[in-house]
Formats: sequence, structure tokens, C-alpha cells
Amino acid sequence: MLQFSFWDILSNLLIATQWTIVLSLIAFFCGGIVGLVLLFMRTSRIAPLAWFTKIYIEFFQGTPLLMQLFLFFFGIALFGVEVSPWTAATLALTFWTSAFLTEIWRGCVESIPKGQWEASSSLALSYIEQMRYVILPQASRIAIAPTVGFSVQVIKGTALASIIGFVELTKAGTMLNNATFRPFLVYSLVALIYFCLCFPLSWWAKKIEGRLNVAR
Amino acid sequence: MSLVSIRDVRKSFGANEVLKGVSLDIAKGDVVAIIGRSGSGKSTLLRCINGLETYQSGSITADGIEVAGANTNLRELRRHVGMVFQQFNLFPHLTAAENVMLAPTVVNKVSKAEARATAAEVLAKVGLSEKMDAYPSELSGGQQQRVAIARSLAMRPKVLLCDEITSALDPELVNEVLRVVEQLAREGMTLILVTHEMRFARDVGTKLVFMHHGKVHEEGVPKEVFAAPRTPELQQFVGQVG
Ligand SMILES: Nc1ncnc2c1ncn2[C@@H]1O[C@H](COP(=O)(O)OP(=O)(O)OP(=O)(O)O)[C@@H](O)[C@H]1O
Ligand SMILES: [Mg+2]
Repeated sequence: MLQFSFWDILSNLLIATQWTIVLSLIAFFCGGIVGLVLLFMRTSRIAPLAWFTKIYIEFFQGTPLLMQLFLFFFGIALFGVEVSPWTAATLALTFWTSAFLTEIWRGCVESIPKGQWEASSSLALSYIEQMRYVILPQASRIAIAPTVGFSVQVIKGTALASIIGFVELTKAGTMLNNATFRPFLVYSLVALIYFCLCFPLSWWAKKIEGRLNVAR
Repeated sequence: MSLVSIRDVRKSFGANEVLKGVSLDIAKGDVVAIIGRSGSGKSTLLRCINGLETYQSGSITADGIEVAGANTNLRELRRHVGMVFQQFNLFPHLTAAENVMLAPTVVNKVSKAEARATAAEVLAKVGLSEKMDAYPSELSGGQQQRVAIARSLAMRPKVLLCDEITSALDPELVNEVLRVVEQLAREGMTLILVTHEMRFARDVGTKLVFMHHGKVHEEGVPKEVFAAPRTPELQQFVGQVG
């Protein structure tokens, strides 16, 4: 049997960490784009759009991410389309992320005083123009801290992709444990790596939150 | 032909009827001062004119555009009907000049340079040439309100609606804003002002409207109406505030 040194274990985990990072980035950026579109729909006065978005958000917030991964992985296969763990994980995490980001951002949009909407309405701006030039520039300042904070949840969420066979940090940990039978060492390292990814983000989120509170 | 014509407008919030059949005709160049007790429907009437509120029955026409609920061409209407608010509502992330330039560039698709020239002109008119690049948070309340007036003027409105635009100001800042409004009136701008400044309403207004319980209770030439209010409600109101 192969012998794994400490450095072998660590380097294998670090290689897999790259996939955790890639998956997190894709989920976060695609989720952000979908979330922005949903935000416009959710806060628009066109009732069917707002309703659709509401149901979408309820679904992705109200069911476990793991179930969503299963639905994308096994569900789409039912239609005869072969889905790789990679595709399923990307799709599920993107939609899941978008639902949460939309809700976070909606809170920020709604915290902008009504007078800003009325003044920009009175200047003949359309809804999209109001959002683009008046509301979002103000809301995005408030949104930075909770958005960065939520990115930590996305990173941790990618761990679930291991269950459908996507080899990222957690899955690599499981595989290394099976090969080395040193669970404490392997999972300590896995946890440490997650911590190193997440801690700077949550620290940064707290810091900008504090700074904004002082500024206001 | 009147510039703004309001015919028997009724408006309810739920079961609360706030406007109970209001009719008014406003000609070009009129300076209409609307006075009345709190809750008499003054703001609601003003907000119906530029479509910030919808009404249930009657009709409003402003600059030839019918203000009629969902079918209203709000963009066209609001390009010609400006509004200034009690709370200024400047955009805090934009400088004074950028506040003024926003609607001309975004709505009227005017070039940045042209919009900036307009901003310089209207800000000079309200006496704030030096503050073009100041942010709202760097301005006093009176200065902010003057920027808000300039912001409306940049769209070259046919009518300007002003809802208690001096009520949020410290007393010593009220006059600088009133002077700007008076100047506009002198230049022939059509103004509809909800105000608690009785002396201003009398001296600058060409028409006084006293609202009471959602109706136009009394209207006429300000000096005459103030000198001899016909209804006991207006007598009492003038006695209280004046
Ligand atoms: N958005 C709203 N929803 C429900 N009721 C409203 C709303 N806006 C105004 N009202 C009610 O309509 C009535 C008239 O309000 P309005 O603001 O027009 O009065 P006003 O004459 O401007 O008073 P004030 O001098 O206090 O500004 C009040 O009874 C008020 O409570
Ligand atoms: Mg009012």
C-alpha cells in the first residue's frame, strides 16, 4: 500500500482546494448576476414578476442545498440528459446563491428612503433608471458587508457538492481518509483550510460593516 | 386654456376619502398657494397632479397630458411637471451639479457638457454657483432645498409643484428659499405651492386655495381672501396661523 506523508496529504488537499475556490467563485459570480436580475424583478411593480421571484426565493431558501444538488444531479438525468457532478454543482449553487443574494440586496434596496424613489420618479426617470442611477449606488454601499459575509456560506456550501461526487476539498478529505485511515489529521487539515478561506472574508465583512456604521 | 385643469377629483385611501371632489383651473403664470389644516388633502392633491398618487374619479390634465391612472404617459407628464419636496430628497451620492444633471442626461439624453452648462445656469439662478461640486451632506438645509429647486428647473418644467418646501428648514433659512421661489414667480413660472407661509402666499400668490376636509373650501385673489375670508373655517384658520 502507498504510504502518505503529511506533506502528501496536505498537497493533495491543497490541490482539491483549488476546485473549492473555483466552484465558490463561479457560484458567487453567476449567483450574483442571476441575483441582480431577480432583484429587479422582485422590486418591480409588475406583479407576476415579483411573484415568480418570491416563489423562486422561497424554494431555494426553504429547501436544503443538498436536496437541490440531488434534484439537479438526478432530476435532470430523468430527462435523458447526462449531467456531470460539475454541472449539477454549478447550477445548484448558482441558483441557491442567487436566492439568498436577492433577499439580502432587496433588504438594502428597501432601506433606501421612499423620498429617493419619489424624487427620481418626479424627474421622469423610469424604474430601471431609478435603480441604476439612484437606488443601487446607495444600496450597494450597504450591501457590501452582508454580501461578503454571505460568500462564506457559499464556500461552506460547496462542501455538499462532494456528495454527488465532485472532487473538491471535502471529497478529497474523504478519499485521503479512506487511503490513510488518519481521520483526525485529515479532517483537521480540511477544517483548517476552510477556516483559512473563510476567516479573512468574515473578518473583512465585519470590518466594512463597522466602518459604514461609523460613517452614518 | 388652463395649463392644469382639475375636475371633480375624488381620492380615497381605503375607506378614508381624502379628496372629495376637487376642481381647480390653473393658468400659465399662475402662482397658486394652497393652504389648509393638516390632513385636509393638500399634499395628496399635489401628488395626484404628477401621478405620484392615483385617484378614483374625476380628471386631471396638465400641459395637455391626461393624468389618468395606469394609462398615463408618466414620463412625458413628469418631464413637464416638476416637484420639490419638504425633505429635499437630494441624491446623497451625487454632487449638487450631478443631482441637477441626472434627469437631463438620463431622460432627455442631453450631452454631459450641455447638462453641466444647464446645471451651472440653474444653480447660479438659485445662488449656488460656488457649490456645484459639493455633496448634499456638505450643504445647509436651505442650500439643499435650493439645489432641489435647481434640479427641477433643469428639466425646464411648465409647472413646478412645491409641497411645504420650507417646513423642514430652520427659521433663519426659510427666506433664502422663499426668495428663490419669488424670483421664479416673477419670471412667470407657473407654481403650485402648498405652504404655511401666509405672508408669502398673500404677497407672491396670484391665487389662493383654502382646502378643508378634502374640498376647495374657498378660493380667490390672495389679498382679497385674506382681507375678508367668507367662511368661518378660513376665518378661524387665518386667525390661528396668521
Ligand atoms: N399613503 C397614504 N396612505 C393612507 N392614508 C394616507 C396616505 N397619505 C395620506 N393619507 C391620509 O390622507 C389624508 C390627507 O393627507 P395629506 O398628506 O394630503 O394632508 P395634508 O393636507 O398635506 O396635511 P399636512 O399639512 O399635514 O401635510 C390624511 O388623513 C392622511 O392620513
Ligand atoms: Mg402635506
